[in-house]
Amino acid sequence: MPLKRFLPLFVFAGILIAFMIGLSLKPSEIPSALIDKPVPDFSLPPLQGDGIGLSTEDLLDPENIVIVNFFASWCGPCRVEHPALELLSKLDGVKLHGIAYKDRPKNSLSFLKSLGNPYDKIGTDLKGRVAIDWGVTGTPETFIIKNGIIRYQHIGPIHQIQVEDRILPIIRNLQQEGTS
Amino acid sequence: MIAELGHYFLVLALGLAVIQAIFPMIGAAQGSARMMMLGQPAAYGQFFFSLLAFLALTYSYLISDFSVAVIARNSHSLKPLLYKISGVWGNHEGSLLFWVMFLALFGAMVAYFGRGLPKSLRARVLSVQAMVGIGFYLFMLLTSNPFDRLADVPFEGNGLNPLLQDPGLVFHPPFLYLGYVGLSVVFSFAIAALIEGRVDPAWARWVRPWTLLAWVFLTIGIVLGSWWAYYELGWGGWWAWDPVENASFMPWLVATALLHSAIVVEKRDTLKSWTILLAIIAFSFSLLGTFIVRSGIITSVHAFATDPERGLYILVFLALVIGGSLLLFAIRSDKLQAGGLFAPISRESGLMINNLFLSVATAVVLYGTMHPLLSDAFFGVKSSVGAPFFNLVFSLLMIPLVVTMVYGPHLKWKRADIKGINQRLMAVTGIALLAGLMTFYATYGGAIMPAVWIGIGVWLLLSSLQELSNRIKLFQVPFKDSMSRLRRQPRSSWGMTLGHFGFAVGLLGIVGTSAWTIEAQKVMGLGEDMTIGDYRLTLKDVIPVAGPNYTAVRGIISVSPKNAEENGKSFMAYPETRTYVSSPITTTEGDVKTTMAGDLFVVIGESQGQGRWGIRAYYKPMQVWFWIGTTIVVLGGLISLSDRRYRIGTPQRQKASRKVKHAP
Repeated sequence: MPLKRFLPLFVFAGILIAFMIGLSLKPSEIPSALIDKPVPDFSLPPLQGDGIGLSTEDLLDPENIVIVNFFASWCGPCRVEHPALELLSKLDGVKLHGIAYKDRPKNSLSFLKSLGNPYDKIGTDLKGRVAIDWGVTGTPETFIIKNGIIRYQHIGPIHQIQVEDRILPIIRNLQQEGTS
Repeated sequence: MIAELGHYFLVLALGLAVIQAIFPMIGAAQGSARMMMLGQPAAYGQFFFSLLAFLALTYSYLISDFSVAVIARNSHSLKPLLYKISGVWGNHEGSLLFWVMFLALFGAMVAYFGRGLPKSLRARVLSVQAMVGIGFYLFMLLTSNPFDRLADVPFEGNGLNPLLQDPGLVFHPPFLYLGYVGLSVVFSFAIAALIEGRVDPAWARWVRPWTLLAWVFLTIGIVLGSWWAYYELGWGGWWAWDPVENASFMPWLVATALLHSAIVVEKRDTLKSWTILLAIIAFSFSLLGTFIVRSGIITSVHAFATDPERGLYILVFLALVIGGSLLLFAIRSDKLQAGGLFAPISRESGLMINNLFLSVATAVVLYGTMHPLLSDAFFGVKSSVGAPFFNLVFSLLMIPLVVTMVYGPHLKWKRADIKGINQRLMAVTGIALLAGLMTFYATYGGAIMPAVWIGIGVWLLLSSLQELSNRIKLFQVPFKDSMSRLRRQPRSSWGMTLGHFGFAVGLLGIVGTSAWTIEAQKVMGLGEDMTIGDYRLTLKDVIPVAGPNYTAVRGIISVSPKNAEENGKSFMAYPETRTYVSSPITTTEGDVKTTMAGDLFVVIGESQGQGRWGIRAYYKPMQVWFWIGTTIVVLGGLISLSDRRYRIGTPQRQKASRKVKHAP
């Protein structure tokens, strides 16, 4: 019985073990280990030559709740999510920043041009290095930050219905936290 | 009452599946004809009751019985009839019922048409088919019962996600499931052969039509899904390498490989354990596609529900079915001894190389899909690979595959003459080179790969036509003789020609639309215009429209050639943005004007105030080639399926075995 005939079985066993661990991780539900941790140190170049980019200092804003959204022009769900971001960007006391993830700046620009640009500042994470520090699992992914501390991580697109149901209550809570 | 009956039918079907799983298997082992004979009536009965259960759920949907939990969650009394019906399989529980109903149907078909099969083989196939079925019945009854009632009956249902209310999506899941389930038959044949310890050309002749059937369904299902994404999501994309798309693409790749390797088993009586392994893997991917996506283990836009109890059941089920069959393969496959050796340049080598590249492609997709999970589970690092990874790897990986497709059909079995083929292909190769160079020249300054790919696509397109013309000796014998040769071509070889030709057409479409799409957008008031490519769009009017369960804003846009002097027909485009009554989601219904040269895709966005509207337009060159190409591929599959030699149920065993003897 040659050992190579067992190879498919071993490969499958590996995948199965990953699934078992994955089931306990529940990536879609359990927030990342970064919750209640300070935002990672980073500094990203701007999308256009004349912009100012995005860095850790921008997220330490004491006045506003800061939302950071990882997006990419090649990501279909990011388009689905776009109207929700437009809504969030119009809120008082909220600053929405974007990080273009592994995306050609030219493509990111035409993406924003065609859909509208909801972001206050945009950084370009060409190699996805900063995204790793943030624990980003994929695009789109959204973080809600207060005083430089990550308070909430949303994996996958924010559907418009979730803005009312999930995102807005979180933002309101965070805003009240400060006043009381 | 109807729902309870449905539940009851489901339990009955489970009972019959248990009988179908146990007795034929024991009978085949002991050589007891009476026990083996139990397989057929059990298979018919199991199908009958699962069909009744399915009809019971469909009826409950039609009368909008919101006391049934699934229906309250997913349906709405105002939903159009078509979507009430499609709602039956548009959710987790209902889709499982749909699955198992077809699993039982295919089992019954094997029982009915399989009269020509060796008795023990048929008994074992039916038994394996029933074992898979048992897993599904138990999964439904224990964790996902479609007939669960609600204690408090709501007055109105939640409604179906409006994005899913589209004709493309009515038929996309069922075709996909039919493909998945079709592979179950191939799987059952593979397991039965492993138990039997025998694989011969007759076995391959049985497996091929089922593979082909499943493959055709899968192709239709995947293309419909991509067509839906193209029209409905309103951004002009048709493939995003989303985990769910990948989950359907992997079984397709493996089934394609299986389709080709089964030919080698049939014609040359070799490559057996590889073919068996492919059959197991193809169905394993079907199960993964059905289950893993829904367990929420892999995050995706498509994911339906996350439920740890279900997830655990799924893992145990997968471990048993896939692990068990791979273990069986490891232990038993050495019984299937290979036939002769391969000459390096021969049809069988070509088919083997094709299998190699398809397997690598599958591994790449599997790796890309699993990467986020693997890195998280084993290294605690969250990372992912995106569409750019897949696009890059595939655009390189597909080159050797297409080269194999160019040469393969020209190769003779056993030993072929590559020089002769090169000579015959000289003209075709020249034209392909020219096409590539012309593309390079026309798009000078742009990327090189698209030009390379246009050349390769043209090469494949022409070489598959050339292969056909060689076979009918076009221009070598009088034209009339060629035509009569053309009529006498076996349908399975038509399948190959159309399959490869359609692939080439689709490939050119993919290159065109991926490389040269342009987009433009503008906020316009009435009477203003914008240009995209050679078109000028003028916003004439914006009117409100009421649909059956939505209200919409419709743009009336006239499209004319960019230069007024040019004589060209102008036409109207009517894109819509719909807001649904039952859920606060808006969908864009882009208007697409299709020509062979390219699609003009117009989308109307939200009002920007002061009577101004955001209008987006895309021009996607050769997009329609992709749809035409895939249609030709499917057509080729169907024609091949109708080949008398492969017709399900009448494999002419005598004729076939004679043929095998002829082959030295």
